[in-house]
Order: sequence, then C-alpha cells, then structure tokens
Amino acid sequence: MNFMRAAAAILQRDIRRLLRRRGQWTQPLMFFVMVVVLFPFALGSGEITASIVPAVVWTAMLLATTLSLEEIFRSDFDDGSLDQLALSPHPLPLLLLAKAIAHWLTALLPLILMAGALARALNLAPTPLWTLLVTLLLGTPVFSLVGTLASALTIGLRGGALLLALIVMPLYIPVLIFGAGAVNNAALGLPTSGEMFFLAGLAVLAATLAPFAAAAGLRSRLS
Amino acid sequence: MFASWHKYASLMHFHALSQRVSPWCFGLSAVLFAAGLIGGLGLAPTDYQQGESFRIIYVHVPSAWLSMFAYIVMATAGALSLIWKVKLGEVIARACAPLGASFTALALVTGALWGKPMWGTWWAWDARLTSELLLLFLYLGYIALQAAIDDRRAAARAGAVLALVGVVNIPIIHYSVEWWSTLHQPATITKLGAPSIATSMLIPLLLMAFASQVFFFAVLLVRTRCEILEFERHTQWVKALVGRSSMPTVIA
Amino acid sequence: MANTSAGVPKSLEAVKLSCVRGDRLVFEALEFTLVPGEVLQLVGANGSGKTSLLRLLSGLALPYAGTVRWDGRDVHQQRLFWHRNLCVIGHLSGVSASLTARENLAVAVALGAGGLHANVVEALGVVGLSTCIDTLAARLSAGQRQRIALARLVMSKAPVWLLDEPLTALDLDGKRLVESLLRTHTSRGGLAVLATHQPVDSSNLNVRNFQLRGVGSE
Repeated sequence: MNFMRAAAAILQRDIRRLLRRRGQWTQPLMFFVMVVVLFPFALGSGEITASIVPAVVWTAMLLATTLSLEEIFRSDFDDGSLDQLALSPHPLPLLLLAKAIAHWLTALLPLILMAGALARALNLAPTPLWTLLVTLLLGTPVFSLVGTLASALTIGLRGGALLLALIVMPLYIPVLIFGAGAVNNAALGLPTSGEMFFLAGLAVLAATLAPFAAAAGLRSRLS
Repeated sequence: MFASWHKYASLMHFHALSQRVSPWCFGLSAVLFAAGLIGGLGLAPTDYQQGESFRIIYVHVPSAWLSMFAYIVMATAGALSLIWKVKLGEVIARACAPLGASFTALALVTGALWGKPMWGTWWAWDARLTSELLLLFLYLGYIALQAAIDDRRAAARAGAVLALVGVVNIPIIHYSVEWWSTLHQPATITKLGAPSIATSMLIPLLLMAFASQVFFFAVLLVRTRCEILEFERHTQWVKALVGRSSMPTVIA
Repeated sequence: MANTSAGVPKSLEAVKLSCVRGDRLVFEALEFTLVPGEVLQLVGANGSGKTSLLRLLSGLALPYAGTVRWDGRDVHQQRLFWHRNLCVIGHLSGVSASLTARENLAVAVALGAGGLHANVVEALGVVGLSTCIDTLAARLSAGQRQRIALARLVMSKAPVWLLDEPLTALDLDGKRLVESLLRTHTSRGGLAVLATHQPVDSSNLNVRNFQLRGVGSE
C-alpha cells in the first residue's frame, strides 16, 4: 500500500505546513464572520431574522471557501513541489484527493464550527441548527473536491483568484440550493431527507470523479 | 471506414472539407429559416391565451435547444482531444464555446422578452431560465479560462476538463434548480409545451430548430477553420495557403 | 517492444521531438539516443528550450510532435512506469519552505523517491546538511535548499536523472558534489540529462554535449 503512504504523507504535510504558517488558517474564518456581519448593515434593520440565517450562512460559507481555494496549490506551484507531485509514480488522483481532504480539514472544518456558533448567536432554533450542521458536513466536502479541481485548472494564471471564483461558483450552486433548502425546511418543520440524500449523493459523486478531473487539469497546467 | 475518418481528423483535410461543406450548410439553413419564419410568423394561428407574443418561441426554443446541444458538442470534442489526443477535438471545442454562449444569451434575452407580456416582468426565477443563466456562466467560465492560458494546447486540455466537468454538472444543476423553483414558487408559471400544440404551430418550430442546427454547424465549420489556421500557423501547408491567397497578413 | 529483453541495455530515445510554447516553435524534429553510463549536457542560450526539453522528457509536458521512449516504451503513454524510473531536479527545487529538511525528504520518499528504506538522515549527511536536519527550509540559504533537493539524488535508485540547472546557488564544493553524484550514478549504469550553463568536470564522466538552437519565432 505504498500509494496510501504517499497520500497520507501529502495529507500530513499540507496540514503541518498550514499550521506552521501562523494565522493563515484563521483568515477564511475572519472573512466568513465579516460577510455574515455585513448582512445586518445591508438589511438596514440591524437584525438578521431567523428565516434568512440559512441563506446568510451558506452564502458566506461559499464565499469564504472560494477565497481559500487558491492556496491549495499556490505554494506547491511556487516552490516546484507540484512538479514532484506530478512526477510521483503513485496515482495522481489519489494524491489530489489527499490534498482535497487536507483543504477540508484545515479550511472548512473550522468554518463549519464557526457557522454553528454564529447561527446559534443569530437565534436559529435548535432543530434547523442541527440540520445546518449536518448539511454543512455533507455539502462542504463537495466544495473542497470541486474546489481542488477548479484550483488545479487555474494554477499559475494571471488573475487566477477571480477566474477561479468564476469557474467554481456555478458548480457550487446545487450544494447551495440543497444545503440552504434543507435548513429552511427544517425551520418550517418540513422533512429534509430529500435534500440530505441529494447532498450525500453529490458528495459521493464529487469524491469519485473530481480527483480524476483534477489530475487531468493539473497535468494540463504543468505542461 | 476508420482510415477515412482518421483522415478527416487531420486538420489540413478537415480544413479543406469544411471549406467545401460550409457554403451548403449556410444555403440550407437560409432556406429552412425562410420556410420556418413564413410558417411561424405568417401561417401559424394566433395562440388563444398568449396572443401574438407566443411567436417568439420560434427563436427562443431553438436557441435554448442549441445552447445545450453546443455544450454537448464542446464536451464531446473536448473528450476526443483529452482521451484520444485528437487535435481536431481541441479546435472544435474552442470554436464551439462562443457559439454556445451566444445561443444561450439569445435564449435568455428572448426568454426575458417573452416573460414581459407573460409574467409581467422581464425576469422570473423560473427553473428553465435560471438553469439557462447558469449554463451561460459555465460557458463564460470556459471562455475566460481559454483566454487566460497562452499556450493553445494547454488551454485546450484545461478547457476539455472543464467542459467535461460541466457536462456532468448540467443535469445536476438543472434538477437542483427545478427542485428549488418548485419549492419556492409553486405553479405561478404557465408552462410552454402544452400537451397539444397545434400541428401548424409545431411544424414551423421544428423547421426553425432544424434551420438553427444547420446554421450552428455552418458557423462552427467556419470558426473551426479559423482556429485550425491559427493552431497550425507554423506548418508548411498553412504558410503555403496563406502565402497563396491575397489575404492581408502580418503573420509571416 | 521486442527490444525490452533483459540483455539489451535500456536506452532513452527522443524521436522527432517538436515543442511549441504559446505561438513559438521552440525546437523541431529533435533526435538523440542516450545509453547507460552517458550524460547528455544540454547547451544553448536562454530560451533555446533546455527546460522545455527536460519537461518533455520527464513526461510533465506533452510534445507537439514526436515521442520519448524509455526501454522502447512511449513514456507519455506509460507515465507511472516511467516515473518509477525517473528522478527529476527541476529549476525550482521542490523544497517546501515551511518544512524542515528531514520532513521535505520524508515526503519525497513517500512520493516514491529512493524506495521505502531510503535513509533520509544519511542522505542529508552526504549533501553536507547533517547539522541542519531539523531546521526549517525557510531558515536555510538558497544553496542549502538546493542541497536538500540533491539529497533526493543521493537516495535515488532510478536509472534516469533529469537535472535542470542543478548547480544553481551552489558553491564550488556543491558543484563537486553534483559531479561526484553523477559519477556514481553513471558507474552504476545510470544515465542523465543535464542542463547547465557551467562547464562540468568531465573526468571519469562520459559527457556528451547537445546543442539546442532556437528555431526562432515567427
């Protein structure tokens, strides 16, 4: 199982590296909080009603994720590690899956915890709050997987961050629909299993296909 | 059979073939457009609910169909180039994107124009229009990615990956948007495609759809030709071709 | 495929290689065959395509036309097979600044450099970094970071080395280190393609020069 060892090494390296760059992992978190804080100002009333909390949280989540995507490959590309990754005799899709998992653990897991805390502070009732956390746990892996793919396609391009956002956002919309939809349903006391199944299905689909597409995209960018 | 197909996959042969075929396609589409427009705008009866405004379907529906079809062509060409390294796939995919985006934009604009008399507003978050809008975003993302990468082959490969990802995503986006719109605005939309569309309305629609399809291929052939010339600009045959013609050229 | 039998020495062949970058034809119909024990030194001005050629050979970039064969097999078709036989030092070192020397090499080993039982500490000793094994690469000099990359060569059991400007930032001692690594490698039947602007001491080394001329832009 040499290739599993390789994937584990990539996972460990990415996490270790992020923790060493003090403060970097907190930046998406701060961005997330700021986007949420923008809403009361824009709404004028100074109050976010419980009914728009799912929309606010999911939108902020999507934006914060998009902001964090560029870092997935940036430093690897700059120092040449990415070439070494692509030159490894182990399957590249597996190594990129490890990178997507590392991104989820370092960038999105803290965001999910923060989202839960913020939603509670914004008076989301316990039932929809739990639904929110479950949908985030099911939906954000799709963000990481598809984000890794989009990030691979835009490695080293000028205006890469904006282009990346342009490419990735349409692909995120189904997750947004089902994620926020489930929480809205839960708040109204309606069943949420349909959305949950969809989210789980999307996660499985993304986990099986996105790494292969990411590998193909990465190779095209390194050529 | 395979040998002859392979011959047309070579860019030079495809260039020559396309030069011969595209005028016929333009001619055929012009005839079909004329027939379809006469049938649709002149002969078809006025809709008893929507009045004359329904006639926009003769532009709207074919462009909506083609917006999807063009994406499938683009993704198929992309797959050919990515998996089987067919160079023709690279140029076709690249030539296809702006065309598909144009048809998508046309479908959106005509949809909005139709929406004004029907819904009383230019834009409604109707499932079809919304997924059409997202399709436009997919096209624009593809075009932006192509524009950002200098090297043609690298751009083609990255674009092919994105087009394939998009093709997997289009049904997902479509169904999720449908799911979302039925939840949010149940039955506020009178749907087109009423079960019984009069034959005299349907035939012009099919004619227009076919005309648009042929027109799409004609323009695609021309655009592909331009892409081939740019793609192969350092080859002998392109230099010979460009040198021979009276084109004002700054390439050489 | 017929010539892959054990008795025939494995060779690296470039067959009618052409490379296009953007709108520029970098080189065209390039040919060479490299047998074990040989070092091919790529010579040419900036922009003549040394790095492009090395990336083509490594399998990272696709050729515009032509093939690269190792042991008779097209390397772009059989990438994983090729990468098992390959060690590459790129013009970027591939050393991560926020990892220590040891951690950097551990990742390289996990990614397949030098086999499972490679001794990271020993390799770092050979390249003269035994005093800074657990120092962050960010705190090391450019030359020391290059030495971390060279430690991959020390551990490598791959028969083919592709080295793009391996002498960058190295002192005289470092240059000698690279030369001795190359000598050991070729004496064991390895071969290498090397791009460098500095003359290499070719005593005990079978170095062949390969001139790259830019075809020129259109």
